[in-house]
Amino acid sequence: MPLSEILSPLIEARQLSCIREDRILFEHLNLAVFPGEIVQVEGPNGAGKTSLLRILAGLSSPYDGEICYQGQGIRFCKEQFHQDLLYLGHLPGVKGEMSAQENLAFNLSLHGLDGEQAETTLSEVNLLGFEDALASHLSAGQHRRIALARLWQSKAKIWILDEPFTAIDKNGVQKLEQLFLAHVAQGGCVILTTHQDLSFDKVKKVTLNYRFY
Amino acid sequence: MNHQQPLSYRSAFMLILKRDLTIAFRHQDDIFNPLLFFIIVVTLFPLGIGPEANTLSRIAPGIIWVAALLSTLLSLDRLFKSDHEDGSLEQMLLSPHPVFILVLAKIFAHWLVTGLPLILIAPVLAVLLHLDENSYLALMLTLLLGTPVLSLLGAIGVALTVGIKKGGILLSLLVLPLYIPVLIFATSAIDTAAMNLPYSGQLAIIAALFFGSLTLAPFAAGAALKVSTN
Repeated sequence: MPLSEILSPLIEARQLSCIREDRILFEHLNLAVFPGEIVQVEGPNGAGKTSLLRILAGLSSPYDGEICYQGQGIRFCKEQFHQDLLYLGHLPGVKGEMSAQENLAFNLSLHGLDGEQAETTLSEVNLLGFEDALASHLSAGQHRRIALARLWQSKAKIWILDEPFTAIDKNGVQKLEQLFLAHVAQGGCVILTTHQDLSFDKVKKVTLNYRFY
Repeated sequence: MNHQQPLSYRSAFMLILKRDLTIAFRHQDDIFNPLLFFIIVVTLFPLGIGPEANTLSRIAPGIIWVAALLSTLLSLDRLFKSDHEDGSLEQMLLSPHPVFILVLAKIFAHWLVTGLPLILIAPVLAVLLHLDENSYLALMLTLLLGTPVLSLLGAIGVALTVGIKKGGILLSLLVLPLYIPVLIFATSAIDTAAMNLPYSGQLAIIAALFFGSLTLAPFAAGAALKVSTN
């Protein structure tokens, strides 16, 4: 029996429409994500994948429609929703003036997690030995790793990740995929965009097409 | 449910404040550029106008306040711009804390880095301009109450223009008219003090501007940030 018949959706998009620069990116989009699901949003560049993820995270407002968290509109339960959400955009949000460890500790504490765990978490993303290096001396891939390190500590159920594998090496991608599987096994859900093929097959795919009108 | 305990307002405020101050101290241009601008502008006036004590002491309050205003305007950009560019602003907006706490902490950090040094250096520069000796207390008090207003009102303007690539001129157009009341009442208070008259009226109005903007500006700036990141 599919999970969807037992559980209610964690996050749900109802009749979502998005217009950017006079172009309709998608119209009347319905999407329900249940605990235990991995959703991959697919589509060519410019099809609206990032717009969809930003709307789901509540960063952008849709032209029409609404996002519901556990059956409630996210505007009415913002604090609970934000506590249960982890969004990583395509910008890593890493400060060049702070060290890797300071960056991670700040990100963890900002989201109500234990900043003391930063050092041990950095070892998960192979940044041990770089913890005191200023982030401006690190590479793009290492910046992304600092941002992604939060996933190992996060207690949020809804993960929304925009191109999480960009600039990450093969080993890192494998480790992330295992982490996603462990996360959904615990009743979380992952919504991500990527142009890479995922190595596991229980992925729900949402395809956005580029529309010319 | 495995909801983690959210931070209290106070610890969220301290967290952002500490981070912004760390960044400012490591990136020292942020502190020295506005301060240097302030010092240069004020020291150029006696050179340009001539050393007559009478003329200088008459225009001293205006010079100091206009310079403080422009140097604040110069430093406003760094309030949200770099955070917007590297994506950390999005993360702050998505954190479980109310946005006004985060905005208030960032504004306070901005004032500590740009406003406070101006207040500390102002009496020294006032000597250079032959400011009337009765006016020193008034100068310090108006700066102490007025510079936070500049940071608070400026934050609204920066939050509105942060998403625009070249928002510099727009920012000045938006913010400068809002600064004018502070300028008028501050210089008037200093002038009145020079004549040995009570200036508590002007000071009360600046204080009212301070408390008004302290309570309202963080909400306005927070709402503007949400629009800008949309």
